[in-house]
Amino acid sequence: MKNIGAVALNTFREAVRDRVLYNLVFFALLMIGAAILVGQISIGIEEVVIVSLGLSAISFIGLLMAVFIGVGLVSKEMDKRTIYALLAKPVRRWEFLVGKFAGLIFTLAVNTAAMAAGLFLALLYVRHTLQRSDAGLLVAVYFILLKLAIVVALALLFSCATTSLLSILYCAGFYVAGSFVQQMRTLRNDMAGPAAATVMRWLSYLLPNFENFSVTGPVAHGVAIPGALILQTTLYAALYCVVLMAAAAIIFSHKNLK
Amino acid sequence: MLVNNGIMPGSAIEIENLTKEYPYGFLHLKKKTSLEGLTMQVETGEVFGLLGPNGAGKSTTIKLLMGLIFPTSGRARLLGKPTDDVEMHREIGYLPEQPNFYDYLTAAEVLDYFAKFFNFTAAERKERVQRMLKKVGLETAGKIQLRKYSKGMLQRVGLAQAILHDPRLLVLDEPMSGLDPVGRREVRDIILELKHAGKTILFSTHILSDAEMLCDRVGVIVGGKLQGVGAPGEIVDITAQKMEILFAVAGGGLIGAPLLANATRTGDRYRLQVAEEELYGALAQLRDAGAKILSVAQVKPTLEEYFMHLVAADRAQATAVEVSGK
Repeated sequence: MKNIGAVALNTFREAVRDRVLYNLVFFALLMIGAAILVGQISIGIEEVVIVSLGLSAISFIGLLMAVFIGVGLVSKEMDKRTIYALLAKPVRRWEFLVGKFAGLIFTLAVNTAAMAAGLFLALLYVRHTLQRSDAGLLVAVYFILLKLAIVVALALLFSCATTSLLSILYCAGFYVAGSFVQQMRTLRNDMAGPAAATVMRWLSYLLPNFENFSVTGPVAHGVAIPGALILQTTLYAALYCVVLMAAAAIIFSHKNLK
Repeated sequence: MLVNNGIMPGSAIEIENLTKEYPYGFLHLKKKTSLEGLTMQVETGEVFGLLGPNGAGKSTTIKLLMGLIFPTSGRARLLGKPTDDVEMHREIGYLPEQPNFYDYLTAAEVLDYFAKFFNFTAAERKERVQRMLKKVGLETAGKIQLRKYSKGMLQRVGLAQAILHDPRLLVLDEPMSGLDPVGRREVRDIILELKHAGKTILFSTHILSDAEMLCDRVGVIVGGKLQGVGAPGEIVDITAQKMEILFAVAGGGLIGAPLLANATRTGDRYRLQVAEEELYGALAQLRDAGAKILSVAQVKPTLEEYFMHLVAADRAQATAVEVSGK
C-alpha cells in the first residue's frame, strides 16, 4: 500500500509539474464566455444550456486527459528508461501499475472538481443563487469521474500490450462502441443477419456501457438521481476497473523491459 | 560448510546456464540469441567485472539478474534468492545503463522517492538523501530539476540511488560511462570504498583499465558467450612476457645494427622490446656501446589486447560459420 501511494503521488506530481492542470484556465475561460453569451441569447433555459455545456466540456477534457496521459503512464517510463531503477527496488510490477492508475485518477479528480467549481460559478453568474437540485450536478460529475476511471484502466491495459498510437486508437474505439451499447443490444436480426446480431449482443455485454454514466439530461432539468443508481453505477465501474487492471497486471508482469 | 540446494552460501551471485533469446520477424518465428548458456559465480565481497564490447550481452545479463527481463532458460540466484523474488531488492543496488530519472523532479526528490520503497522514516530518508548527494558530489545541485542535468550528473544520481539503502550487493551497468576523468576517478573511489566496506560488486564495462584497476576477477563476454573468467593478472599472464628497454645514445650509431633495427627512436632516445630471456644479452650490448640505460620495464599485455584477441577470434568464427553455411 505504501509503495502504491508513493507511485501515485509521483504520478500526480508529474502531472502538476508538466502543467497538465493548465487546461483548467482554458475551461474557466470557456465557462465564463459561455455564461455571458448564453445569458444573452437564451431566454428561460440558460441553466439547462450551461449545465449541458459544462458537463460535456468536463467529460471531454477529462477523456482527453485520461486517454493521452493514461496511455503514456507506463510507456513513457519505458521510453525514458526511468522504470529500470524503480523496478529494481522492492516494488512489485502490479503495485507500480496500480500506483500509476491511482495517481492519474487523483489528478483527474482534482481536475474534475476544479472544473465543477467553475460550472457552479457560471450557474451563479446567470442565476445569482444556487438551488437544492444543483446537488445533482455533483452526482453527474462523479459519474464522469467513474467513466474516466474505466477509460484510464483501458488505456493502461492497451499500453501494456501494444504501442502508444494503437492504444489511443483502441481506447477511442472502445469508448465510441461503449457509448452505443444499448443500440447494439436492441439490434434486430432482420437488420444485420442472425450471426452479426448475436455477435453484437455478446459484444454489448462485454463492453463497458458508457451510457450508464451519462445523467446530463435529468440533471440539467433538475431531476434527482436515486441513491441506488449511484451505488449501482459505482460498483459497475469498480468491477470493470478491477478486471481491466488485473489483465494489465498479468500482461505487464510477463513483459520483458528491454 | 553448509550447502543449500547445492549452492555454496559464499556466492553472492549464482548464474546457471542462463540463456536469453529474442524472437523477431513479422511472426516472431526467428530468434536472436543475446546470451547463451552463461554459467558463473560472483563470490561474496568480490569486485567482479563483466567485460565485453557493445552488444556482447553484458546488459542482457544484468537485466536478467534484476528481473527486468526473463530468461528463455537457465536460472540465477542473488544472495541465495531467485531473481523473481521482489524482496531480494532490499539488499541489492542497481545502476542501469545510461540512467535516466524523472526530469520533473530534483535529485533530492528522486532519491527521496526511491527511499520510500524501503522502511525508512521521513527523517531517515532526509538524512540519507543529503548524505548520498554529498557522496556523489551533487550536494549543491540537489535542488535543480533533473531536466537541467548533464549526462555525467545523471550518472551520479544513478549511483546515489543504487547505494541509497546501503545494499550488500551492487550491480552497476557501465558505471563509468559518460563521466569525465575526474568523475571516473570519483566513481572508482566510491567503488573501492564500497569494496572495503565488504560489499559485493558486479559491474559491466568496456573500458578495460577500469576493470584492471578495480576487479578481483573479470569475466569476458563476446557474442553472448562467456569467453573466460579469472583474475585480471591470470588473464594477462596467458601471453608471453616481453621487456622494454629505454635508452639514450650520446654519439649515435655506435650500436650493432640488429638491435637498432628493432628499436623505435624518439629524439635521442630509443625504445626497444626484447623477449625476457634476451634481456641480459641486449643490456650487455648496450653497455658495450656506451648507451645510457634509462629504464627497463616489463611489457604487460593489457586486458585490451586479450579482449581484441577474443573479439577477433569470435568474428573469425562467425565468418567461418557464415562461409560454411553457404
